[in-house]
Amino acid sequence: MQPSPRWLLALPLLLAFTLSGCADDSGSGGGVQSMKLSTIRGRDKLVCGVDGKLPGFSFLGPDGTYSGLDADTCRAVAAAVLGDPAKVEYRDLNSSERFAALASGEVDMLARNTTMTLSRDSAGGNGITFGPTTFYDGQGVMVPVASGAKTLKDLDGKPICVESGTTTELNLADRMREQGIAYTPLKFQTGDQTYAAYLGGRCVAVTSDRSQLAAKRSSFPNPDEHILLPEVMSKEPLTPASVNGDPAWADAMRWTVFALFQAEELGITKANVATKVAEAKANKNLADLRRFLGVEGDFGKQLGLPADFVPKAIAAVGNYGELFERNVGSGSPLKLERAENRLWTQGGLIYSPPFR
Amino acid sequence: MSATPVSATPERIPWWRDRRVMPWIVQAVVGLVLLLVIALLVGNLVRNLTAAGLLLSWRWLGQPASFDVAESLIPFDASMPYWRALLVGLVNSLRVILVGLVGATLLGTAMGMASFSGNGLLRRLARVYVEVIRNIPLLLQLLFWYFVVFLALPNGTAAFQLPGIVLSKSGLYLAWFAQGFSWHGPELVNGVWQAPLRFSVEFTALLTGLITYTGAFVAEVVRGGIASVPKGQWEAATSLGLHWSASMRSVVLPQALRVIVPGLNSQYISLAKNSSLAVAVGYVDLYSVSETTLNQTGRALEVFLLLLGSYLIIDLLISAVMNGVNQLVQIRER
Repeated sequence: MQPSPRWLLALPLLLAFTLSGCADDSGSGGGVQSMKLSTIRGRDKLVCGVDGKLPGFSFLGPDGTYSGLDADTCRAVAAAVLGDPAKVEYRDLNSSERFAALASGEVDMLARNTTMTLSRDSAGGNGITFGPTTFYDGQGVMVPVASGAKTLKDLDGKPICVESGTTTELNLADRMREQGIAYTPLKFQTGDQTYAAYLGGRCVAVTSDRSQLAAKRSSFPNPDEHILLPEVMSKEPLTPASVNGDPAWADAMRWTVFALFQAEELGITKANVATKVAEAKANKNLADLRRFLGVEGDFGKQLGLPADFVPKAIAAVGNYGELFERNVGSGSPLKLERAENRLWTQGGLIYSPPFR
Repeated sequence: MSATPVSATPERIPWWRDRRVMPWIVQAVVGLVLLLVIALLVGNLVRNLTAAGLLLSWRWLGQPASFDVAESLIPFDASMPYWRALLVGLVNSLRVILVGLVGATLLGTAMGMASFSGNGLLRRLARVYVEVIRNIPLLLQLLFWYFVVFLALPNGTAAFQLPGIVLSKSGLYLAWFAQGFSWHGPELVNGVWQAPLRFSVEFTALLTGLITYTGAFVAEVVRGGIASVPKGQWEAATSLGLHWSASMRSVVLPQALRVIVPGLNSQYISLAKNSSLAVAVGYVDLYSVSETTLNQTGRALEVFLLLLGSYLIIDLLISAVMNGVNQLVQIRER
C-alpha cells in the first residue's frame, strides 16, 4: 500500500537510463566475470524478489521467516554463491512491479511464481533471463461451491476477479474469447485485493495458477466452501529469473537449481549429503558423484562459484523432491500432487542436464 | 563582444557595466548551459537505451491488445489495438475526473458555507467532516469505501431500492430516458439488475472516495474565501433586510470567489491526479490499462511517457480553464 501513484516507480528507471554513464561495457572476454556475482559477494547478501504472500511458494510467517518453494530457491542460490542460506534479503514484489525491480537491479533474481513466456524472455520484450522451471502449473478458476458453477460456460455474463500484470489476465481473455463467453474482468493490483474482492462477493469466480488458488484457499476462513473448476486454461511454467546481459550470473543460478534436481535423481538428501561427500572423497571410482559434489574437477570455478556449491545448496534446502513435499506437497497444508513435477525418471518433467 | 549604447552621452559605458547588455548575456549563458545539460542527458538516454536495446518504439500501439476491460464508454473488445485500450482508459479516467470535479465542488461549497451557518449542529458537522476526511490518506479511504462499504451491500432482490434508484453490490442503477424518450427504471432480469444508466460499484466507490476527500479540501478553500470578505459586507447585507442565505448568495459569495478560485485550481488538479488510485479498487482507468499494457509489451518507458504526458495535459487543461474562470471573477478596475 503506497499512497503515491505507482507510476513513480518508473522514474528511477528513466533516471537510471538518463544519468548513468556508458562505462558498463567492460567484463567481456574469457573467464568468469560477472558484475552481479561480484556485487552479491561485495554486499554479502542475495537480494531475492518474491511474492511473500503466497503460502507454499513464498510466505512471510509469523516468526518473520520466509517459507516456500520460491523462498527455498533463493536460499539454495545464496548457499551456493555465499555459502550461507541465511544470507538472503527478500523483497516482496507485486506482479506489476517485479520486472521493473529486476531490470533496475533492485533485486538480483526473481523467485516469484513467474510464468516463463516468450515476450518476457525476449530482449525486445521484458528482456529477462529464465532459469530452470521449478513448478509446472496451469491456470484454473475457483468458484464458491454455493454458486453451482461447474464449467467456464456457467460463468457467462458474470464478473471474474483477476490480478493485473499477470499472464492469467491474458489467458482468461483468450479462453473466453475462444469459447464466446461474455464476462467482466475485475482487475486488482495485488493478490490481497483480488482475493478480498472475491471473498467480498464482488466476483463469482477468481482465476490464477491452480497452485496459487489452492494456496490461497488454504488461508480462507472456510476453504471447503470453494472449489476449483476442472478446466486447465493454460500452461504456467513457474520459473526463477535473472536479468539479461549477465550470462555468468544466470548460469550460476541455473545450475544451482539443476543441482537440486540432480540431487533427487542421485538420491542425495539434506540428511545424507555430508555422508555422500565423505563417501565420494573416500572412493576415487565414484567419478560422477565426485564431480557433482565438487570433490574433483572445477565445475564451481567454471561457473564462478565455490567448488562445493552443490553440497552447500543441498545441505541448505534438500533436493527438489524434499523441497516440493515440504512446501507444497504432502508435508504441507496445500497437499498438491507431484503430477508433472515428478522427476523425468518417474514420468514427470523435472530434468537436469548432465553435470559434465 | 561590445555593445554600442544608443545613449545621447558621448562617453561609452563598458559592456560589463552596461545594465542593458549584461542581463542579456547572463540569460544567454544560463540558457546555453541549460540546453547543453539537456542535450547531454537526452544523448545519454538515447545511447543507453540503444545499448540496452530499449530505444523508443511506438509500433506496438497498433498491435491487438488481447485483454478485456470491465467497462468502457466507447466500443472495445480484445481484438482491438493497444491505442484503443489506452483510449478506453483515458475516457474512463476523464469520466471519473469530470463527475468528481462537479461533485467535489458541490459538496465542498455546501460544507464551506455550512461552517458559517447560524445552526451550531450544522456548523460542527461541517468541521468534523473536514477534519476527519482530510487527515486520513486517500488510498485508505478508497479501500474503505470499496471493500468495507460497497462490497458489503446486498445483491439481487435484497438491494437497496428507492423509486428510480437501486444500489447493490454490483453497482448503482438509475432511471433514465431510454428508447424514444420513455422513462425507464431499474429492473431485475434473471437476478441481474438492468437500468438505462448504470455505474459499476468500482466507479461508484472511487467517485465517492474522490468526492468526499477533495470536498473536504474544497470546503476549506471556500471557508477561507468567505472569511476573507469583510464583516461589514455581511452587516450591510443584513441591514438591507437580506436573509442569511440571500446575503451569502448575492453579496458574500461573489466577493469570496476571487479568493476561492485560485485555491480551487490546485484542488481540482489533485483530484485529477488522485484518480490514478483507481487501480486499488479495480476501476479500469488510464493507469490500470497502462499497467496491463506495460506488463504485456514490456515497453516501460513508452507507456510511462504516455501516462506522464496524459496526466500533464489533463492537469494543464484544468489549470487553463481555472485561470480563465479566475479572470472572469476578478474585479474589473477602471
